[in-house]
Amino acid sequence: MTANVTRVDSGAPMVKAEGVHKSFGPVEVLKGIDLEVRPSEVFCLIGPSGSGKSTFLRCINHLEKVSAGRLYVDGELVGYRQKGDKLYELKDSEVALKRRDIGMVFQRFNLFPHMTALENVMEAPVQVKGIGRTQARERAAQLLERVGLADKAGNYPSQLSGGQQQRVAIARALAMEPKLMLFDEPTSALDPELVGDVLDVMRDLAESGMTMVVVTHEMGFAREVGDSLVFMDEGVVVESGHPRDVLTNPQHERTQSFLSKVL
Amino acid sequence: MTADIDKTAGPERVPPGGPEAIKAIPVRHYGRYVSAVVAIALFVSIIYAFAQGKINWGAVPDYFFDDRILKGVGQTMLLTVLSMVIGIVGGILLAVMRLSKNPVTSSIAWFYIWFFRGTPVLVQLVVWFNLGLVFEYINLGPIYKDYWSSFMTPLLTALLGLGLNEAAYMAEICRAGLLSVDEGQTEASHALGMSHGKTLRRIVIPQAMRVIVPPTGNEVINMLKTTSLVSVVQFAELFRYAQDIGQSSGAPVEMYFLAAAWYLVLTSVLSVGQYYIERYYARGSSRSLPDTPFQRIRANMLSLSNRSGTGANA
Repeated sequence: MTANVTRVDSGAPMVKAEGVHKSFGPVEVLKGIDLEVRPSEVFCLIGPSGSGKSTFLRCINHLEKVSAGRLYVDGELVGYRQKGDKLYELKDSEVALKRRDIGMVFQRFNLFPHMTALENVMEAPVQVKGIGRTQARERAAQLLERVGLADKAGNYPSQLSGGQQQRVAIARALAMEPKLMLFDEPTSALDPELVGDVLDVMRDLAESGMTMVVVTHEMGFAREVGDSLVFMDEGVVVESGHPRDVLTNPQHERTQSFLSKVL
Repeated sequence: MTADIDKTAGPERVPPGGPEAIKAIPVRHYGRYVSAVVAIALFVSIIYAFAQGKINWGAVPDYFFDDRILKGVGQTMLLTVLSMVIGIVGGILLAVMRLSKNPVTSSIAWFYIWFFRGTPVLVQLVVWFNLGLVFEYINLGPIYKDYWSSFMTPLLTALLGLGLNEAAYMAEICRAGLLSVDEGQTEASHALGMSHGKTLRRIVIPQAMRVIVPPTGNEVINMLKTTSLVSVVQFAELFRYAQDIGQSSGAPVEMYFLAAAWYLVLTSVLSVGQYYIERYYARGSSRSLPDTPFQRIRANMLSLSNRSGTGANA
């Protein structure tokens, strides 16, 4: 039952995708994704909307089921158990157990509106890990301080700005002490002025050694903080490499035309 | 209660050195005065007509706090509360079942709702009452064994009849509430590793309550009045006692008015309760909570006195 938090082999990839396909009915959104995310790496996914980058991110914590191919997190198959050459679907409780170790931050924050910022951060440790309320409250207060919102602990999400809400959402995900953090366009719903605060928190997180997969349109962040970058279009990886190389010297024509529009 | 619906609260404060505050003559709403006068006249004439009718109004206060009536009020409230508890718990259960991915549970819920919503509650009450025709004994092995007719007391019959019928209606109300909660909430909760049950209990239902409570208030008030049907299963409540007194005292119609007045009192009390429940579930949904009725009355009084003050100045 204990989650394996310590990385046994720092060389083994945290996320590994082998020919991942995903279809929604007749529409094929992912057409064979192969990639590897190393521990402590900041892995950026960029691409036009509809390219499948958010869908791929959601596959990592099994919010979407993979239709074909294999997807591993920390060496374990996502959503299934392999016995011999047969795949068995995991029970909901087993999926939930794996999700504890994967934090996710959403474009639209998805804070729980009926709870204060502090209660939002406390909720999962208390309900999922069974940590005592006093201890959880202390830890939640520390996390809110870390994201610069110590004075907003008692506020409801509706009383916070978008940037503040997103930072609470990051603290909420961190409260479960994940080994991997997924960011689904965390700054796309924010006023330009508020983007910086959220990116600062993410930069701190990256420096602390967290493994992060970030779907983003913030090319500046990708270039400065990212260790790897993948450009996706129409469900396939078009180009990948170090962010500086891909962003300043794109090889593929599709990447060039995309970057010329967003940079 | 006049037609004066002026909402300005005192003179507006203007920072010193700024332009002079506007002093304009407000628009006069003559239509409001006229319609208020017409409405009041109609109301008074209806009251007058009833007062002049061949009704012995004196009988109403005589019996208003009669022991039997008070007992009936108690029984009506008891029946309303217990039936609604059965209805709400059953309704949430059925709503969750209907939204379940499991085809068996969702079809069972669908069938239940179809049946209990589709047949009159009066018929259901009578069927529960006469179920002894089908089952002679109730036999729970070593725990309990008795004749059906002595097991099914009037209270139990009434509760089953009203509660199970109510559950079918509450199921649809709860389903609407559950569907009203943004899917991102479920996703966020699942992403944190929370189970389906915890997500439902801690995240979805508290938010669904905002949508569920107002129509449920409707249902409670409906239930309060529907309890008057249970005299068919020999359960005595407010309506039945009022009827009995009416027959023995020779004032039958007067006692119906008495019962109506009590039902009005009870619904008024319940409405206040509903207001506070709504206020509780509104937390976090707006930046500040709405005023309580008392706070509102106080605010109105203040603004009234302010207005008369400015009126004197003008």
